[in-house]
Amino acid sequence: MNERILTVLRSAVPGCALVLASAAAQAQLAIEITGAGANRMPVAVAAFEGENALPRAVTDIVRADLERSGLFKMVELGPSPMGANAPVDYGRIRSRGADAVAVGTVSPGGGGRYQVQVQLHDSQKQVSLGGQAMTMAPNQYRATGHRIADFIYEKLTGEPGVFSTRIAYVLKVGPRYELQIADADGSNAQTALASKEPIISPAWSPDGTRLAYVSFESKKPVVYVHSLATGQRNVAANFKGSNSAPAWAPDGRRLAVVLTKDGQSQLYSVNADGSGVQRLASSAGIDTEPSWSIDGMIYFTSDRGGSPQIYRVSAGGGTAERVTFEGSYNVSPRPSPDGKSLVYVSRNGGRFQITMLDLASRQTQILTDTSKDESPSFAPNGRMILYATETGGRGVLAAVSADGRVKQRLSVQSGDVREPAWGPQPRN
Amino acid sequence: MKFARLTLSLIAVGLLAACSSAPKTDADQAGAAVEERSSGASTSGVDNSRVVPVDAGSASGTGIAALKDPKSILSKRSVLFDYDSYVIKSEYQALIEAHAKFLLANPKMKMLIQGNTDERGSREYNLALGQKRADAVKKALSLLGVPEAQLESVSLGEEKPSCDESTESCWAANRRGDMLYSGEF
Repeated sequence: MNERILTVLRSAVPGCALVLASAAAQAQLAIEITGAGANRMPVAVAAFEGENALPRAVTDIVRADLERSGLFKMVELGPSPMGANAPVDYGRIRSRGADAVAVGTVSPGGGGRYQVQVQLHDSQKQVSLGGQAMTMAPNQYRATGHRIADFIYEKLTGEPGVFSTRIAYVLKVGPRYELQIADADGSNAQTALASKEPIISPAWSPDGTRLAYVSFESKKPVVYVHSLATGQRNVAANFKGSNSAPAWAPDGRRLAVVLTKDGQSQLYSVNADGSGVQRLASSAGIDTEPSWSIDGMIYFTSDRGGSPQIYRVSAGGGTAERVTFEGSYNVSPRPSPDGKSLVYVSRNGGRFQITMLDLASRQTQILTDTSKDESPSFAPNGRMILYATETGGRGVLAAVSADGRVKQRLSVQSGDVREPAWGPQPRN
Repeated sequence: MKFARLTLSLIAVGLLAACSSAPKTDADQAGAAVEERSSGASTSGVDNSRVVPVDAGSASGTGIAALKDPKSILSKRSVLFDYDSYVIKSEYQALIEAHAKFLLANPKMKMLIQGNTDERGSREYNLALGQKRADAVKKALSLLGVPEAQLESVSLGEEKPSCDESTESCWAANRRGDMLYSGEF
């Protein structure tokens, strides 16, 4: 890790965390950046012309998003707004050290709505990199800011941003469990399910409208499917014994689940409405934690070889193949969105850490320096991994980039946060 | 002063209850769903849909006095296991036999056996490990003649520790199988 960058970040962090926390209730997730990429691109986001008519400046959200990604170093340009169509003084931008600058205009669009225009410029090549226009209600400054950050991120890195995505996690405060949904930056947390009994293993449907999860509200683990916009839910698996570990098939119609109805924990698939249960694999030991890969393989944890290791089997059936061989405890596999790599939790001398496996080269890398890591989950662009860990005896969420450099921590003022799941790209 | 002492003793009772390994019946009534529906979909594409909260209340149970008499062995409901073990130790044989006898004498009674683990490692893998402990208790009861239809073994994994600290003694207390009767689950 680059010490200089860490120092720069540490000095920048308190302000960032303060802004995020001030608008928040006690249970609001606050983000702290604890590590950044080695070569951060210097970028400026000018104040947008007319944005002071909004409850909060959209560019505040854009800058916080880009900074948090760990890939950009934000360059300050001061309070003077720069409109989307005004000529850009490239020399001035370069003299401030910014390689790119975003400028924009917010103007009344009728019916209480506003029109937002954004232009991104390369200050070295002195060309426009493109623009974007959208309309918004004044209270949509966050969502609009995230979309602008996604636009800038994609133009500058060539891959989609994930600032408009949502995350699910379980908040435990005293005896109360809440399944919450928040924006990827931790803001705008909403409770989808509250219970006095544990909730674990939330899993997003591929279209982002539903969550499958395990709830213990009937004194045993039962798998539910829950539509977030309506609050309606149905039982997806409630067989005799335990029902757990739901994982969506890429088509969003079936779920892999773990059932004990025929003995030990084994893999089955079931329709989201609970019908059509079928066996997926068989072993004499424990099979659990299925996770569907884009290539049609299902990765899972099994102790069939004596210790818990990661295996994979074709969703269509066949023989399971062992994937991990190092160490005596490798669990919770999650294939990357492109199917080329795998993250999982490995036990290394008593520490449980997030580990990345490149499936082609078989190279492994421990990504974290924490020691009670659980439940990894990829961002939809594959760049970051969200997971649960512990600091100071409390459950927190953390995120680490796929190369291990960028690190963030999301925590609440009181209570434990656990069981995170990063949602898919929104479909607008 | 009196009030302060009352509060303290209430806290003490709460702590004791939290650390008791005997299964408890949840006395809370089923809660009505907390509904706050958003009025219509957003018109822009920018705003994400709202999330409607649901409250998962738990049903109340009926009392089973005979099973709760502290003088009766039947009031004892927990079997503790060694680390990474699913073997029922001989000291629990009398307890298992007493519950088998009760189930055989009360064929309408059903038992839910909940397996538990300590907190270390993956939640879902621990759920599978807890199932093995519950299955061990179930098998011991089956061998004594209790019909399959009266028994269900499930796992709570690491989710319902009877003890909350990260110490060896707490972990030992959490590696357990609990026996619940009809009305308690």
